[in-house]
Amino acid sequence: MTAVLISLAAIFAELSLLAFGGGNTILPEMQRQVVDIHHWMSARDFSAMYALAQAAPGPNMMVVTLVGWRVAGWPGVIVTSLAKFGPSSILTGIVLKLWQRFKDRPWRRIVQQGLVPMTVGLVAASAALITQASDHEWSLAVITAACALVAVTTKIHPLWLLAAGALAGLSGIGLS
Amino acid sequence: MDAASAAPTDVTIPEPPTIGALFTSFLGLGLIGFGGVLPMARRMIVEKRRWLTEAEFTDLLGLCQFLPGGNIINLSVAIGLHFRGVAGAVASLVGLIAAPSAIVIMLGVVYDRFQDDPRVQHLFAGLAAAAAGLLIAMAIKIALPLRTRPVAIVIAALCFVAIAVLRLPLLPTMIVLASLSIFATWRWQS
Repeated sequence: MTAVLISLAAIFAELSLLAFGGGNTILPEMQRQVVDIHHWMSARDFSAMYALAQAAPGPNMMVVTLVGWRVAGWPGVIVTSLAKFGPSSILTGIVLKLWQRFKDRPWRRIVQQGLVPMTVGLVAASAALITQASDHEWSLAVITAACALVAVTTKIHPLWLLAAGALAGLSGIGLS
Repeated sequence: MDAASAAPTDVTIPEPPTIGALFTSFLGLGLIGFGGVLPMARRMIVEKRRWLTEAEFTDLLGLCQFLPGGNIINLSVAIGLHFRGVAGAVASLVGLIAAPSAIVIMLGVVYDRFQDDPRVQHLFAGLAAAAAGLLIAMAIKIALPLRTRPVAIVIAALCFVAIAVLRLPLLPTMIVLASLSIFATWRWQS
């Protein structure tokens, strides 16, 4: 149990400091660690956890808490939360004091702009991996495609699309 | 009509929020913010509580977007720290994630308990498929502004292949590609 908690702490502390561009960029690495390396859950379970976290209110990093809970119960929740939110928060605190000095420097804009393609590549990778793990039936692929299309072309609130997807799933059409 | 409304409106309230106020405000934010807390955060911090001016908020958000971690997580820490030091930062962060943590764990319990019921399985499968669709939409939306930047497209594509196809670890991929991307931005764009 202690070994699992130490692994969780190490994984999420690293992810905490690599999450440039927000939580969705680190999903592939989280999935690789949790599913491929440590075999704590299946890829399908991981994408279910991700979906549950998206259906809940609050910041979109809550999948972290759920993974911790699934793997190691309450101690897992505490360890993953501390590891995920601690390091990046401490960094924010440190940089806050220096921010006034460098926010207008040209290199700040260059670094920030340079990170944008990484964010795009990582979010696209997240989308590919989560889709692959979620859509094990043709009808689910239809739900995914429809949600993506509506979300790109309209300004509808994402929660409605999640609800519609859940209802479409509940109808059982095309599902075994 | 009273004296207070005649006062200039472009100044923040002189009295900084207490630790308790930071906690309860972010607790409320965590509960109402579905699918992105940021617009709600701006309304609460700038318009409702007047802790920061519009300009201060935008400036602080710039910092939070620059650093790793969720924008809103970093923002709660920065605001807490700004007004009440480390205790304020902890109160804001814990306030923000307390309710969502409890809710996702409850959902996790439901998932675990009923995952053998085919109807619940179907419901969660549909939910996961919809969440995947939202991620695809997000990827498309953030990729569109890159279409006039060929170097950026190449780097985004390399990053996608490395992570999604080759399943390489994030840290080395990030070090190599981020350095390359920042160098390219510096060399050809600014």
